[in-house]
Amino acid sequence: MDQHLLSIVLLTPLAGLLILLFLPSKSKNLIRVWANLAALAGFLVSLPLVSRFQNGVPGFQFEERFDWIPTLGAHYHLGIDGISLLLVMLTTLMGVIAMLCSWSGIQDRVKEYYAMFLLLQTGMIGVFISLDFFLFYVFWELVLVPMYFIIGVWGGPRKLYAAIKFFLYTLAGSVLMLLGILTLYFQHFQQFGFYTFEISELMKTTNMSLSMQEWVFWAFFIGFAIKVPMFPFHTWLPDAHVEAPTAGSVILAAVLLKMGTYGFLRFSLPLLPRASADQTIVRILAILSIVGIIYGALVCLMQKDWKKLVAYSSVSHLGFCTLGIFSMNPNGIAGSVLQQVNHGISTGMLFMVIGVIYERRHTREISEYGGLAHVMPKFAIVFMIAMLSSAGLPLLNGFVGEFTILQGAFEANRTWAAFAVSGVILGAAYLLWLYQRTMLGQVTNGKNLTIPDMNFREVAMFLPLIAWAVWIGVYPKPFFDVLRQPVTEIVERVHPGYFNGSQTQPALARNAAAPLTASPTRAASSAASATRDASSAAPLTASPTRDDRTATPRPALARNTAAPLAAQAGGAR
Amino acid sequence: MIDSFYTGSDHFSIVPALMMALFGCAILLFDFLVFPDPRQRKWLLIFVAFAEGFTGFGLIRQQNWIAGNGGVLEGFHGAITVDNFSIFFNWIFLVAALIVAVVSYKYLENAGEHHGEYYSLILFAQCGMYFLATGTDLVTLFVGLELMALSFYVMVGFLRSEKRSNEAALKYLLLGAFSSGFLVYGFSVLYGIAGSTNLKTIVGIVASRPAWDPVVYLALITTSVGLLFKIAAAPFHMWAPDAYEGAPTTVTAYLSVASKAASFAFLLRLFWGQLAPFAAVRDVWAPIFAAIAVLTMTVGNLAAINQSNVKRLLAYSSISHAGYMLLGLVAGNERGITGIAVYIMVYTFMNLGAFLVLVALRRQKIIGDEMDDISGLMKKSPGYAVLMLIFLISLAGIPPTAGFLGKYYIFLSLIEARQYTLAVIATLYAAIAIYYYFRIVKSMFVSEMREKEPMATSFGMRLALTVSGVMTLVIGIYPEPFLQLAKSSLLR
Repeated sequence: MDQHLLSIVLLTPLAGLLILLFLPSKSKNLIRVWANLAALAGFLVSLPLVSRFQNGVPGFQFEERFDWIPTLGAHYHLGIDGISLLLVMLTTLMGVIAMLCSWSGIQDRVKEYYAMFLLLQTGMIGVFISLDFFLFYVFWELVLVPMYFIIGVWGGPRKLYAAIKFFLYTLAGSVLMLLGILTLYFQHFQQFGFYTFEISELMKTTNMSLSMQEWVFWAFFIGFAIKVPMFPFHTWLPDAHVEAPTAGSVILAAVLLKMGTYGFLRFSLPLLPRASADQTIVRILAILSIVGIIYGALVCLMQKDWKKLVAYSSVSHLGFCTLGIFSMNPNGIAGSVLQQVNHGISTGMLFMVIGVIYERRHTREISEYGGLAHVMPKFAIVFMIAMLSSAGLPLLNGFVGEFTILQGAFEANRTWAAFAVSGVILGAAYLLWLYQRTMLGQVTNGKNLTIPDMNFREVAMFLPLIAWAVWIGVYPKPFFDVLRQPVTEIVERVHPGYFNGSQTQPALARNAAAPLTASPTRAASSAASATRDASSAAPLTASPTRDDRTATPRPALARNTAAPLAAQAGGAR
Repeated sequence: MIDSFYTGSDHFSIVPALMMALFGCAILLFDFLVFPDPRQRKWLLIFVAFAEGFTGFGLIRQQNWIAGNGGVLEGFHGAITVDNFSIFFNWIFLVAALIVAVVSYKYLENAGEHHGEYYSLILFAQCGMYFLATGTDLVTLFVGLELMALSFYVMVGFLRSEKRSNEAALKYLLLGAFSSGFLVYGFSVLYGIAGSTNLKTIVGIVASRPAWDPVVYLALITTSVGLLFKIAAAPFHMWAPDAYEGAPTTVTAYLSVASKAASFAFLLRLFWGQLAPFAAVRDVWAPIFAAIAVLTMTVGNLAAINQSNVKRLLAYSSISHAGYMLLGLVAGNERGITGIAVYIMVYTFMNLGAFLVLVALRRQKIIGDEMDDISGLMKKSPGYAVLMLIFLISLAGIPPTAGFLGKYYIFLSLIEARQYTLAVIATLYAAIAIYYYFRIVKSMFVSEMREKEPMATSFGMRLALTVSGVMTLVIGIYPEPFLQLAKSSLLR
């Protein structure tokens, strides 16, 4: 069972889809029940992944590998590590919730709608568990078609424009990414004499010059950055979000965007370590992230449309995720992954909040609302939690993620952190202001007086997310534990020798000073791992370590300017 | 003496073509004698089935012979060469002819032009294609080309009462004859250089000519013009949209798939491999072909964006596909040529499929090729709509459909040849293509239904559509055997 667990997780939605196709399209409720059951089954079969996942095991778990297209060297190769585990769980859970929140919102073409959603679910899970680049690409593209339909058929007034814009943008990005993949594939062939798309094999390629790595990096970058979306490529996102039906927005924000950040972590960084560690590239990407953070937040302040505001807040929040990734240190990357999950939870909730109110009033103009807290108390509470979680209030999930990312950014470059912090402040500002304008004060619009409060189904779909948000906010240790091993591997790959040798002392010092941080457990654990790494590496690099210990602890800044140099030296070897 | 004039292997090398010609003539006779009533004429399909059956049998025999004896089967003193390459292409012609034949009767009945000679024309055209794929002599090749082209001129104008069809046929005929003139002029120059029409001799002589020989260039240029016209590459594509739009849709399907495949087989014979006279001057034509390929993709993709007629849109899309295939030749490595073979194979199924849906849209009173006619198809007949979606996604090159593999090979061959600029251009056009393919999708799935007249379906139509749809998906999801097949086609 264990060795086919991932296939089962992958194929459950597809099996649900196949049976769904045989249900009569007239009986809408039957279809709804079945689709919800299929999504729930998809979630339930993914639970054993959590219980059987072993922390701290290097490499991938639950691996499955079959030859698929030997001529091309493509394999059906699945497997997960801590990063994909979190994202897979996010996907399966959001699948259930998205199905649930479409119950009354979707009234026509119900069968096709749920069919598209189940197909989308398969594609997204596939993206997160593929260990073969060809397989990954197939799933990556598979996602586009159902999403096009979800926006284009069941969306708002400008749905067709938004749908084709989404499609064109992401497709243009992904075909360029394909060229990068093929270049890498071909380089691997030149070095080893056989063709393969397996990531573990491609990682062995060493014959690429830095400039070629950089070209491939930019090719990947376009594919992933459009998906994230990073700053100059974000224009499809507000359109897609605003026009998509509620569940479409929820899935788009919660899962689909994570495919981009996941791509950076799984492919760009490990496969192209030298290009990823290149100072210029890192600087460009960090600046784009920061511009995204601030620009997204500023645009949010201007919005009159509720949904558009949340859409732009995604740009801002994902700026944090990419900033964390390109801090290239354990805190930054772990924080980034956690923040990806957090963003899925909190923005997912915000879109569901909008869905709830839109189904009642059929408008998203913020000025149409005001004082809703009097009419809809349950709604007000849920919205408050979602809003605060998104704004990063301590004890809720957003805080942990943003804080860890800022910590990582601070270690990498203080200026970045300083600018990024302003995003947190702006984030609190636009979210609180949104809450104030819609929920607080007196009811100004007569139409709002008679809105019914949330019903049981609507409350039920928020509960798991709220629970998860509080869990992460109060006790994030399990999540950091899951992430430690893969994050260590990525950092080690990009900056060889980051955890041992001359780096030990300042890292220890930094972590010793960490108790005032939000996640003491994390600090302690990373300190422990650093010590372990140091002790294992000590015999090899005895003298520099000793030298370093006698020397005065260097400030973090100095270490971080030294680290890329070390990486470059390593690459040159 | 008589032995060397006509041997057993001569016969063996053209058996499939003989079968097609024989049954084609038989259809003409029987149609005249036995089936005066148009409604009975669908029984002529039995003849087509037999013809294709025997052809397929002949191809299998040839295949076995080549596998057993190795190398190639030559006939008629080197005028015919049967190799894996020709067999691969002949299978494609066979599939295309068969699929087109079985969907035609309903269409022609609805159009009121169901005549027996239609089926014999299909076979005659296929016979011409056979010689395009096997011919290794300029005369054989030219005769094959003309046999194919003449059959198509008639078929394009088959709807005698429709102005559009007549116009298309005339345009196709005039431009086609013109391009054949160019081609035959190039051939005459080649003959002038080599003193022989046999490709083997010509290859040796052309290779021994000094560099920058203007006579070789003259031959190269005129031959290329003729060939590029046949594959509808820009700037020689003008005939294609009109001919495709005006022709009966079944003929359009046949023309866009089989004729294109045959022309590519012809092109490859002359430009790639040991028997190709122009392989020696590759450095000269490769950049020109690169420019032509880019131009072809540009024209095809950009012109397709604004079409309101689905048939015309698919015509432009097939122009852009020719551009992609041409890029495989520009890359010039083995992967590129395999890519062309794979591309043609997947293109056969997906493009035929897309046109078949249009064929089914032709009802008694409705022409059915405008964007409005296809709108709301999902409500009317979901099966057709979903199949069309699969074909369009495949044409756009999105996995997990077959079309992706064709594009994949072309991109990879370009990367391998370090033609990064071409690769980027090709990929960006692949993204642009989404826009117009999804205009059709939008029309089918989002727009409202305009009329309630049901689709003109028939047993043959359902069968052919199922085959094309299943193949498009199967090649996309489990491509291994098909890639092996395409690869083996290059073993000469």
